[in-house]
Amino acid sequence: MASVFASIVQAPEDPILGVTVAYNKDSSPIKLNLGVGAYRTEEGKPLVLNVVRKAEQLLVNDLSRVKEYLPILGLAEFNKLSAKLILGDDSPAIQENRVATAQCLSGTGSLRVGAEFLAKHYHERTIYIPLPTWGNHPKVFTMAGLSVKTYRYYDPTTRGLDFQGLLEDLGAAPAGAIVLLHACAHNPTGVDPTVEQWEQIRQLMRSKGLLPFFDSAYQGFASGSLDTDAQPVRMFVADGGECFIAQSYAKNMGLYGERVGALSIVCKAADVASRVESQLKLVIRPMYSNPPIHGASIAATILKNSDMYNEWKVELKAMADRIISMRKQLFDALTAKGTPGDWSHIIKQIGMFTFTGLNSDQVAFMTKEYHIYMTSDGRISMAGLSSSTVPHLADAIHAAVTRSC
Amino acid sequence: MAIRRAMSGRIMGRTTVVGARSMSSWWRNVEPAPKDPILGVTEAFLADPHPDKVNVGVGAYRDDNGKPVVLECVREAERRIAGNLNMEYLPMGGSVKMVEETLKLAYGENSELIKDKRIAAVQALSGTGACRLFADFQKRFRPDSQIYIPVPTWANHHNIWRDAQVPQKTYHYYHPESRGLDFAAMMDDIKNAPNGSVFLLHACAHNPTGVDPSEEQWREISQQIKAKGHFAFFDMAYQGFASGDPERDAKSIRIFLEDGHYIGIAQSYAKNMGLYGQRVGCLSVLCGDEKEAVAVKSQLQQLARPMYSNPPVHGALIVSTILNDPDLKKLWLKEVKVMADRIIGMRTALRESLENLGSPLSWKHITNQIGMFCYSGLTPEQVDRLTNEFHIYLTRNGRISMAGVTTGNVEYLANAIHKVTKSA
Repeated sequence: MASVFASIVQAPEDPILGVTVAYNKDSSPIKLNLGVGAYRTEEGKPLVLNVVRKAEQLLVNDLSRVKEYLPILGLAEFNKLSAKLILGDDSPAIQENRVATAQCLSGTGSLRVGAEFLAKHYHERTIYIPLPTWGNHPKVFTMAGLSVKTYRYYDPTTRGLDFQGLLEDLGAAPAGAIVLLHACAHNPTGVDPTVEQWEQIRQLMRSKGLLPFFDSAYQGFASGSLDTDAQPVRMFVADGGECFIAQSYAKNMGLYGERVGALSIVCKAADVASRVESQLKLVIRPMYSNPPIHGASIAATILKNSDMYNEWKVELKAMADRIISMRKQLFDALTAKGTPGDWSHIIKQIGMFTFTGLNSDQVAFMTKEYHIYMTSDGRISMAGLSSSTVPHLADAIHAAVTRSC
Repeated sequence: MAIRRAMSGRIMGRTTVVGARSMSSWWRNVEPAPKDPILGVTEAFLADPHPDKVNVGVGAYRDDNGKPVVLECVREAERRIAGNLNMEYLPMGGSVKMVEETLKLAYGENSELIKDKRIAAVQALSGTGACRLFADFQKRFRPDSQIYIPVPTWANHHNIWRDAQVPQKTYHYYHPESRGLDFAAMMDDIKNAPNGSVFLLHACAHNPTGVDPSEEQWREISQQIKAKGHFAFFDMAYQGFASGDPERDAKSIRIFLEDGHYIGIAQSYAKNMGLYGQRVGCLSVLCGDEKEAVAVKSQLQQLARPMYSNPPVHGALIVSTILNDPDLKKLWLKEVKVMADRIIGMRTALRESLENLGSPLSWKHITNQIGMFCYSGLTPEQVDRLTNEFHIYLTRNGRISMAGVTTGNVEYLANAIHKVTKSA
């Protein structure tokens, strides 16, 4: 008998995760992994937050804890606290019971569950995503049964926001279309709208009845302040309208592999939220039945204990500050070398990533000659840099930009 | 135009909104979903204040005091893990170490297939996640195929393949009159299905009936499936839990492997390691050679990436810690046997109690059936009486979770069953 799957072709490497695969294969003593967006310390090591270790110890030592199934929508306490985190403690939407929240598998899982719900229950099947966006976004939505269109976002000439293009494209979208918005620290560009620009986006979207779907993967990680980074989401919720929010704790709590996240659907009325919640269960049950308990328990432990919450904020700010400092150091290094071009976008952009503006040839050159691993779109993870490696990166960029071929 | 208009209204914070408040909810037409038939039972049980209430609904193991159990080997593994490792992303295919050990359990400790690297395998979100990944894979690469599902089966199987948009057909399985296997009809269905169909098989401890084919019957099933060129997909959620011996519980799979089938397997550690909420499992697909296995694995990863990117690390660490340590593994095997033996003991106790009460019906099936569940044969009306009059909670198909039966409640349960069936 021949296998029924004998003719299957090998899938291409994931463009983002494949970078780390390639990095690991490189035997050069001096190499730099600026690919995947996972935070690294000044020593280049992954970081488990102290407050996370504390929370984990509490859980391990609590012998009354069991490993039973969570409900389909996950840990109730975690869900309430997550909604408060993004919407604010005093959010009227929460007080009025208008928010349906489901614990999901980090940002990816929250996006996918939200998208499947939309494909089942919403009359519009098109989602508008910014150009560019996180490489996994399109597949998440198409696998869920939505079709994907883009709206202009990044302006390569300014290395900033193409605000005019954004407003035009969203203005031309059909009424009711879904629009994916990066809540803060846009991935991969690091370019965020200003508060004024967010307000205009909000007004435009509400006037056209466009449905906002926020991807919030970096709350607290961008500016260092949880409230500041949540502003765009809160502006939309404050107007009483509806929206979807996918939250991830991968970066801001360093819980990457534990897959901790939440999908919140802010509705007009409490009874709507309740029905929406019941339908979310039908999406989740045939996907994985119920979410993993460990990571959410850690997150809930931290969020509900005011001392631990404050500790978390301090550690979070430290990570954000280190990244901001790396931006400054890289900018200063390139300025000092006189590398041609305007590199101010390095310090204007925000969050984990910088969209350098380097093209794929330059990236390939940097990988080959300097063993620097990054995605071919020129995105670098600032979290992968340290004071000791900034000079090497600056050398590489300088060489890539000034070489004659 | 839009920009100029927008620029002139530079207000922040609570603003006059164009349209938002006056529009009604986009979701106003969303229907309330029906409650999950299985998980809804526990909800009802928890809400009942009656002191003698019994939960024999959801299939989660309980000790003889009716309490959930965290295995000693698991506690020890967690102690070793806490504080030592980081929480970085696993690869899309999950923990390689965990998957390696998991394949050994299903395919055999010294399996040539593992040595020859012919198995495409990824860590999955317990049994549900493994089945769903396979269903999505089936949809993508055999879009013209359908899935044959036994009657009855775990209710969520239907949901999984439906959401993957794979058409479903059923095959005969349970024989209500004998409360056993409808073997002849099952073989007919296998014979009559179009060549090259995909069949879902419960490797052991069929859920919800507890009725498994005998070894001889498995051999015949294997031959018939082979003759028709069908693809066998095994859902193995109870390895070790059925007989107490993981090797014995994998017999059906081993028979198919001996007979040269290419199979797929969904494995779960929810019950046999008590890791329910950790969502740890594995999906494997046996391929022709290593190259094909690499290709298939890469495609499985492509399906996982837009669903959850990579699987959770904690549960996988527990499993690989236990299975890679000979002492912990021995302890685990012992603890699994204790759980299985307790359930087998309760089957005997329940049957004997009913016989001692002078029940006119035959209760042989309680001890003939295997695994966590007993398909009692009770009608929905009898089940409703058990719940309403005796505060005994089970699913309306008459499925009793034997793991919920204890020496403390078995008499009460037997009495109640006798009361609602003695005039049947």
